[in-house]
Amino acid sequence: MDTAAARIEDTVKGYVETVQEFAQLCGTAMTAVFRPPWYVRETVYYMDQIGVGSLFIVILTGIFTGMVLTLQGAIQLEPYGAVPYVSRLISTSVVRELGPVLAALMIAGRVGSGIASELASMQVTEQIDALRAEGTDPIKKLITTRLLACLIMVPVLTIITDGIAMFGGYLIARFSLSIDTFFYWTWAFEALRPMDFVYGLLKPLVFGFIVCMVGCYAGLATSGGTVGVGHSTTQAMVTSSILILMSDFFLTKLFIFIGF
Amino acid sequence: MIRFTDVSLTFDGRYVLKNLSFEVPSGATQVILGGSGCGKTTILRLILGLLHPESGSILIDGQEIVGLTERQMVPIRAKMAMVFQGSALFDSLTVRENVGYRLYEEQALSDDIIERLIVLSLCFVGLEDTLEKMPAELSGGMKKRVAIARALVCNPEMILYDEPTAGLDPINTHLINELIRRNQNEQRLTQVVVTHDLETAYRVADRLIMLHRGEKIFDGSSDMLQASDDPRIRTFLRPHEVLATAGCFPDKDGGIRVVAPTMDEESPA
Repeated sequence: MDTAAARIEDTVKGYVETVQEFAQLCGTAMTAVFRPPWYVRETVYYMDQIGVGSLFIVILTGIFTGMVLTLQGAIQLEPYGAVPYVSRLISTSVVRELGPVLAALMIAGRVGSGIASELASMQVTEQIDALRAEGTDPIKKLITTRLLACLIMVPVLTIITDGIAMFGGYLIARFSLSIDTFFYWTWAFEALRPMDFVYGLLKPLVFGFIVCMVGCYAGLATSGGTVGVGHSTTQAMVTSSILILMSDFFLTKLFIFIGF
Repeated sequence: MIRFTDVSLTFDGRYVLKNLSFEVPSGATQVILGGSGCGKTTILRLILGLLHPESGSILIDGQEIVGLTERQMVPIRAKMAMVFQGSALFDSLTVRENVGYRLYEEQALSDDIIERLIVLSLCFVGLEDTLEKMPAELSGGMKKRVAIARALVCNPEMILYDEPTAGLDPINTHLINELIRRNQNEQRLTQVVVTHDLETAYRVADRLIMLHRGEKIFDGSSDMLQASDDPRIRTFLRPHEVLATAGCFPDKDGGIRVVAPTMDEESPA
């Protein structure tokens, strides 16, 4: 009985400790933005790696999401004779929810796991300690640069995903449902309010933060050689995906609560 | 000068270092000997401020480093360089960028001067033709030598070596030992060499200390070490002699374990 209680206590302590370390890492990485050295070259490099490197997967995600959403939407709207207005459904659902969430999940798969595995490899081969021994702050050099790149590029990739998804919807609407081009785009933009764009861009900022910081934390907390690297990569991917979906719900609730 | 006074550190309730005291005078090469897991590498991490002890004092050139923050450690680390056990070269950088890493980061010198210092440092270790290579293209011995070049390029006052010859063939071991000797004789650097390789220890040491389960069991010269009667030291220095004694084997902590049954115990059922 005592052993079981002790085990539960250890587990709870372990979780609390993880949350504490994660919060501390986030705080240190964010405050490092405001003090030199700035590592502009590294930040631009990671922006290219994260942004341009993820372009292909978010384009594919966007176009197929838009196309399938149009097909499904048309089926649901047909009984009401509202098929021509399918673009309203596409634009609102993509800009408010699907664009940010799907882009973030794709970026978590590609970028988050990449960050985790790279930092984990550096950790197990003592390269992080070597950086500290060389007088470099590894959090500023490796994490703050990636965080800035993610905070800039995830919203940009989300805008691209939104645009491509609406274009994918247009292809189906025009060539499969014979909806007029002008009609499609007019109703697509008519349905959106200015706050939808704000709302659709605040979420990717939070998601970008989650993808980067979860990947960095998993990488830096790695121990146990190559097995540990694999474990950290998987953990980063799973944790960031779950946190993206959970935070999406709470952000939506918050936006509704404050009247967005 | 490096001075440890009563330094203790535990991991998961087990002593990694226990009341450890020693001193490395300026310009001396101190070897720290001991079996695997006895706390040797921990000492280097404590000197670099990568770990902090639970009790005791660590002085670097008279300055107490226990309790200093990462930022306060920066000027102290600037005096030191470390050669890591696995070399710890940055995978994504060329040999040139690895060796000149600290100089590029400091941005205190022009690119021309940095380039000259990098080449000079690589010439010292005999690898001036590897400037554009990536670490993955180098052998284990070459990586160690590049790591030494990286350590030397900033003209440090102290160099710390973590198992510098582990896993190397005899020729590379000899080369690394000679480089450590040259740093000692030509540049009078303060050096701390952590190793379990006796050839390296005898070749480079001004003084040696030996650890056993985190405690210092010897402090003296190579000759004194070889003349020691301590069974733990004898086991470490001459394991074959111990093995030759019927039924005795060195255990994982450097002690002697008797595993063969005695004649009395072998009585038939």
